[in-house]
Amino acid sequence: MASAASEEGTPADRGYGAGARAGLPFAVATVVLGVSFGVLARQLGWGVVAPIVCSAVVLSGSAQFAAASILGAGGGVGTATLAAVFVNARFLPMGLAVAPSLKGSRLRRALEGQAVVDASWALANRGDGSFERSFLIGATVPQLSAWILGTAVGAVAGGFLADPEALGLDVIFPAFFLALLAEELRDRQSVAVAVLGGLIALSLVPFAPPGIPVVAACLAALLGLRGRP
Amino acid sequence: MTQVWLTIGLVALASFTLKAAGPLVLGDRQLGPRATRVVALLAPALLTALVLVDTVTSGQRLVVDARLAGVAAAGVAMLLRAPLLVSLGVAVATTALVRLLSS
Repeated sequence: MASAASEEGTPADRGYGAGARAGLPFAVATVVLGVSFGVLARQLGWGVVAPIVCSAVVLSGSAQFAAASILGAGGGVGTATLAAVFVNARFLPMGLAVAPSLKGSRLRRALEGQAVVDASWALANRGDGSFERSFLIGATVPQLSAWILGTAVGAVAGGFLADPEALGLDVIFPAFFLALLAEELRDRQSVAVAVLGGLIALSLVPFAPPGIPVVAACLAALLGLRGRP
Repeated sequence: MTQVWLTIGLVALASFTLKAAGPLVLGDRQLGPRATRVVALLAPALLTALVLVDTVTSGQRLVVDARLAGVAAAGVAMLLRAPLLVSLGVAVATTALVRLLSS
């Protein structure tokens, strides 16, 4: 595979360091999210250690918020886990997408695939179906560190902190995704896919469990089977 | 507390499996041209959905609040070709301001 790639000129990969720098703005927002999770879990009676361990082994904000709030509302272990699976189901198509860009054995690729988080996946996406492998991993490192650190701060400080949402930092993610989206709208087909994906997601929100609308939006990409317009 | 630890373990396992599945199944196989085209189009579909879900929904409800003002302001800044960090600053400041005024 490497020889085939080098014949066409090895695609550029900006590398781990550039990835880490690109991931920094997200790391700032992630600290805030992590603090929110730590505070929430502490309020739900998780103590100090469990929220930190949770962030260190799950590494996924949306899934952790979903599971914690369901447990907090009196739901069972099965319901909480299922909600987290729904919320994170988008990592299945995202993992399929990055797989050919990763390196080494299947096991190593599976481990490298753990570096997939929304922002890194979008930043490392070349737009032709391939990904910058080391840039993606580099972009994830500061975000995961920030996630665990933020959780620790939130769990330890508990209710002594101001509401982080009042600072407006929670809109960094959608605003950044909007900027990345603007770069993806290259032709009529990608615009059509974006519009269709948005319609699918919004129309499912009232009916489907959280997470499912985003996964279902992926179906819009099947317009690509029709070839370029 | 047993429930909490059990949930943490199961959710960790589920998240690992979801991210590992694609690379485990595909290995080093490259996708065909049609599948590659579909993969390339995943980004606009997913990003649009993430923007909308993070901006105008809360749980299973569609809501209009300060987040929409913030993201819309960032969109205007981007249309005016503002640098990315400026656009993000506009989003954060607008959201915080609207929350302050409406609280």
